[in-house]
Amino acid sequence: MFYRDRKEWADLEPVPQDDGPNPVVKIAYSDKFTDVYDYFRALLKNDEKSDRAFTLTAEAIELNAANYTVWHYRRVLLQALEKDLREEMRYITAIIEDQPKNYQVWHHRRMVVEWLNDPSEELEFIAEILSQDAKNYHAWQHRQWVLKEYKLWDSELEYVEQLLEEDVRNNSAWNQRHYVISHTTGYSDPSILNREVQYSLKQIKKAPHNESVWNYLKGILQDRGLSSHPGLLEQILELKETHCSPYLLGFLVDIYEDSLENTSGDQVEVLSKALELCELLAQEKDTIRREYWSYVGRSLQMKYCSDDPSTTSSQHESPILGMKP
Amino acid sequence: MESVSSPLRCFGECHTAEKYTDDGVETVTSVEQRKVERSIQEVVSVYKQIHSLPPTLLRDQHYQYLKKGLRHLSDAYECLDASRPWLCYWILHSLELLEEPVPTAIASDVCKFLARCQSPTGGFAGGPCQAAHLAPTYAAVNALCIIGTQEAYNIIDREKLLSFLFSVKQPDGSFVMHIGGEVDVRSTYCAASVASLTNIMTPTLFQDTPTWIVSCQNWEGGLGGVPGLEAHGGYTFCGMAAMVILGKEHMLDLKSLLRWVASRQMRYEGGFQGRCNKLVDGCYSFWQAGLLPLLHRALFKGGDSTLSLQKWMFEQQALQEYILLCCQNPAGGLLDKPGKSRDFYHTCYCLSGLSVAQHFGNMDLHHELIVGREENRLVIVFSSLQAPSHPVYNICPEKVAQAIQHFHQLPVPVPAQKEGSSACNTTTDHS
Repeated sequence: MFYRDRKEWADLEPVPQDDGPNPVVKIAYSDKFTDVYDYFRALLKNDEKSDRAFTLTAEAIELNAANYTVWHYRRVLLQALEKDLREEMRYITAIIEDQPKNYQVWHHRRMVVEWLNDPSEELEFIAEILSQDAKNYHAWQHRQWVLKEYKLWDSELEYVEQLLEEDVRNNSAWNQRHYVISHTTGYSDPSILNREVQYSLKQIKKAPHNESVWNYLKGILQDRGLSSHPGLLEQILELKETHCSPYLLGFLVDIYEDSLENTSGDQVEVLSKALELCELLAQEKDTIRREYWSYVGRSLQMKYCSDDPSTTSSQHESPILGMKP
Repeated sequence: MESVSSPLRCFGECHTAEKYTDDGVETVTSVEQRKVERSIQEVVSVYKQIHSLPPTLLRDQHYQYLKKGLRHLSDAYECLDASRPWLCYWILHSLELLEEPVPTAIASDVCKFLARCQSPTGGFAGGPCQAAHLAPTYAAVNALCIIGTQEAYNIIDREKLLSFLFSVKQPDGSFVMHIGGEVDVRSTYCAASVASLTNIMTPTLFQDTPTWIVSCQNWEGGLGGVPGLEAHGGYTFCGMAAMVILGKEHMLDLKSLLRWVASRQMRYEGGFQGRCNKLVDGCYSFWQAGLLPLLHRALFKGGDSTLSLQKWMFEQQALQEYILLCCQNPAGGLLDKPGKSRDFYHTCYCLSGLSVAQHFGNMDLHHELIVGREENRLVIVFSSLQAPSHPVYNICPEKVAQAIQHFHQLPVPVPAQKEGSSACNTTTDHS
């Protein structure tokens, strides 16, 4: 039944939306939408804080869950009317299940959890949402907030491993792995770092063309220097024979680049290998990134090529013209 | 100027080899990716058989779709009832890219409508009688700058806008999207964009903001919505563009960012994904590809002499092919990927991305690469005519220049209110 026909609402004058005489981007609202929002605007105008207003916000939300003004008003009412927050948790749980990709619903849940100071349902709830879409960005954002705010780290690494078992290509899970470890043990402890390197190499062997794991491996080693991790280069070169991929080749470029950056002495061989890989990637193995790999090659050349005029780089020199193009 | 009436990349014999390798390990990610590749393959193969013409931007159809939407939208748009300034911006920007003029009457009507969306306490809301929010504020200011008339500029209450920005500023340098709302890096871009265009930047407004944005850059090289989150194209664009506006782009690890975004272009589809191991989407043609001009300029400013003088560091032809072959609705409007519905958001960002892919420029250089017919050429989102040339605002550069010139004649408002309003302020903010 429309609000305009309800006796209990007869005292309130609905406020039609005033788009002006020549509206633009005018939406053809349904009758129901118009009715509910005409009354919402009336409540807002009068700053009415009543139970009927609270009930109406739920209808307004159902019609457009992205209306952040309605959500804000609902929160004002929750506090002013001292509503049962446990019940609100049940409400927001249902809404999120229905519309998990909306900003406002997650923010609202966060507010209720904060007011209750009770995160006890959160990890299970978020896991449920992630079981339907393991990469839902809002869900992960909410999860990270809960973990950090309430220090609920204990079982998270285990949860991450479960997700990676299910889909080793879940980049959100890899990010969460990094998040958990960064906020707990950190990567400074060599035994932790080594554990993570071994875990990564294991996943690489299972699915070599999974970009996430290669990015993770680089991500955890780059601050310490890729070329400083003992035996890594050798392991990667070994993998190159049986588990090659554009990601492996890119990783080799990264190791060589780090070596050039951090090792003193003659690096002509290393530079040469790096340039060769950039060329291979640009021309054959990763051609969609041709411009990028060419740039990387040129940058390496510029930065590390010997300036000694008696040594000329033969790589891009035209034999006929005797000069670089 | 390079014209590609020559064979398309997606027709090449090497193209099939670019399909996803799942190593015999099937997961949800690989299954979904292969589904998309199959649908792209279908589109390409149909195109090969039916069309002898080069890829064509369906200008007329898009124009009709946009022209209608600027006035009327079906009830399917009820879900965007709190984003109506966005609808104005997406449509107006699409029209400007297509070089379709907006009739004076409609332009004036847009101005009057956006005036009704302006909150009495400053900033713009998603619709009349709604609360101010940084996203529709960004969209409204951009839309008004596209219109570019005195009437448009005069709509913006600069003093109140400044106080709105202060009211959403947080002590750690971030901004909430609206009073009582959430924090994420979009807000910094929205705030920096409107503040710079309308000349209301004060010394303290963006204090600590660059440091906060930097903290959003993660182990992947891209930026997440808030510190700790997965790197994501939309948020990365917002963070980088905000840093460019604030002149602090060098605080970011540009090399890692470059590697991350370059890796987001899909080898088979040619378009961009939003996050690693996720699916291609036409809108990332702008959010992701648009990062490359920003990075190019930042690296150039930093003294890099090895940058290309002709091309961005992504495969421009491949992106154009993806947009033209896979993202156009024959009845007008553009979309995410084949099988998805058209909408004005995707129309705006697919066209914006198409423009980025067509035009290279740095300082005095301008190099074009148009896939398909000459008529596919869109207006540039940056200009080589002025030194700061980059798609930071995603409105055409002439409009940027004009707006900046207008507002710089006006004094910076004196802030009446200091920052520090709590994110949990529960007082109702309505008219």
